[in-house]
Amino acid sequence: MIKLTLYICACMVFLVFGSVCAQPAESRELVSRTDLYDGKTVVYEGEAIGDIMVRGDHAWVNLHDGSYAIGVWIKREAAALITHTGGYKSKGDWVEVTGVFNKACPQHGGDLDIHGESLRIITPGALRQEMVSQDKKNIAYILAGVLCLVMIVSLFMKK
Amino acid sequence: MILKPGLDDVKNIGYYLGKVILGLGLTMCLPILIGLAYRENSPVFDFLIAAEAALILGLALKTLCHSNKDLSWMQGMIVVSLSWVVAMFIGAIPLYLSGHWRSFLDACFDSMSGFATTGLALGADLDHLSYTHNFWRHLIMFIGGQGIVVVALSFFIKGLSGAFKMYVGEARDERIMPNVVHTSRFIWLVSLVYFVLGTSSLTIIGAASGMQIPKALFHGACVFMTAFDTGGFCPQSQSILYYHSFPFEVATVVIMILGALNFKLHYHIWTGNRKEIYRNIETGTFFITVVSAFLVTAVGLAQTGIYQGAFVLFRKGFYQLISGHTGTGFQSVYPQQLAGEWNDLAVVGVICGMALGGAVCSTTGAIKMLRLGIIFKAMAQDVKRIILPERAIVVKKFHHIRETFLKDTHVRPALLNTLAYLLLYGVGTLVGMFFGYPFLHSLFESTSAAANVGLSCGITSAGMPALLKVVYILQMWAGRLEFMSVFTLVGFIVAAIKGK
Repeated sequence: MIKLTLYICACMVFLVFGSVCAQPAESRELVSRTDLYDGKTVVYEGEAIGDIMVRGDHAWVNLHDGSYAIGVWIKREAAALITHTGGYKSKGDWVEVTGVFNKACPQHGGDLDIHGESLRIITPGALRQEMVSQDKKNIAYILAGVLCLVMIVSLFMKK
Repeated sequence: MILKPGLDDVKNIGYYLGKVILGLGLTMCLPILIGLAYRENSPVFDFLIAAEAALILGLALKTLCHSNKDLSWMQGMIVVSLSWVVAMFIGAIPLYLSGHWRSFLDACFDSMSGFATTGLALGADLDHLSYTHNFWRHLIMFIGGQGIVVVALSFFIKGLSGAFKMYVGEARDERIMPNVVHTSRFIWLVSLVYFVLGTSSLTIIGAASGMQIPKALFHGACVFMTAFDTGGFCPQSQSILYYHSFPFEVATVVIMILGALNFKLHYHIWTGNRKEIYRNIETGTFFITVVSAFLVTAVGLAQTGIYQGAFVLFRKGFYQLISGHTGTGFQSVYPQQLAGEWNDLAVVGVICGMALGGAVCSTTGAIKMLRLGIIFKAMAQDVKRIILPERAIVVKKFHHIRETFLKDTHVRPALLNTLAYLLLYGVGTLVGMFFGYPFLHSLFESTSAAANVGLSCGITSAGMPALLKVVYILQMWAGRLEFMSVFTLVGFIVAAIKGK
């Protein structure tokens, strides 16, 4: 009976913590419930944005999942897998990171971060084709015409 | 009897307002150049539309309201308050056209936040914003920090003897040089020299931190503009946390403090009078309030036990505190952490810092150090009067560039202004509580908006009630202009309706 109880307890602990670890955590959840995740291994997904900032044998990668961006401190070689980072003209790689979540990392001056252990590219990013809307062009041309008219009237009135 | 404003008043106001709008339209050439350099075509059209709209409005006003008369005090104040409202609308056009702002109200919110050097932001997906729009967000902070009218005075309005009235209306009641146009140009000279030094430092740190040099340069210039003008916008959504760099934080702290000092003090330091920095009432008061507010914050943070070690606690606590106290608003913690992890004591420490602000004639908002110093001196004088024999004559002096005897004419405006700020903080807090936000969070956000800070504990978001957005816009506007020109505008409107 005792063995059975222990077995059930062990299964429950595994289920509870297993769900925290295996499911990708959302940034909103991580940022709002820091105590729950602090020091635990989490899986986090997001778009790599901005710069990959290499510092020695590690690098900082900022991953944005749609709500917030969280900094991931990971080995330089793992960060090198990322080929596109998000910006105006590009969509960054969608990346999955497994690592230890810190609500106030003592190594990095109290920053909220993830110390990544592994990194996987889920969807590669790509360059974005920029489109200029025809409406914008038309409004700009019309306003340019009006501006010329106002300038002429203004000069005429001055004289 | 209230007198109805005459046609001459309207024409004079319209004429100078037109000049300021023209200046703003021409300023938009800078982001257009950035857009062309980065080959961002759509953003170039956004700014072309906004610039054309501004030039049409400015030129039309200037032509229709042509006037050779000098501005009266009332007219000068109204030109200033209206300039800021019109600047908000014009500045919002390219932001809204970018598609990163849900509504025009949201774009107006960010535009006013930029011009008023607040730093609260509603823009979505900022990490994919173009260089052109990002540059504009930071440029409007730089322009707003110097003062929209100061910009116009420096470059577009020449030989105007009524310039001082507009200069005062923009919460700059101290002349550094005898001529107000020269004063404006000196403010620009100081800012541009620091711009070169600050941008270079941040670029070097950024590049050393792993950023590509062109990007580090862009970030360096943008972050400098918002740090020196105590604004608080950042090129990326994570604010200063994006850089994960201690040297970057140190550099921004230095720049923020430089921005919080009086331009008059800069002038004296530049001209060799270095002792002024120790003797000035503002720097002394600033030092005392920073230390006091930090102690409150540090005790609060120590109670929570979030940060292990004194260095980590100092780095996080001091950064938010100095960012709030100087009215900047850079954050190295997430808003949710401020609201959820920091205890009430730590948050109150930051609120106190935000409410007090930096020096007068600087780029900061809030109550300001000169007023606070004068109020404390007056209190000390009154206490002394009670303690000493009745026949004793109690004289108090304060040092602000020169030794001055403390008089009621110094104390009264300082107290009135402080009271007006406290009321403004209170009104925003009540409105926040009306919408169901907790007291402390409402107070935090309201103080941040009215004192033009930009730190957030999470209330400011695109999803917050529209009325609250409008209230924060009004707070940012009134807080930046320090009330007088806003009150004059209200009086003008009342006179136009009720006057005879």
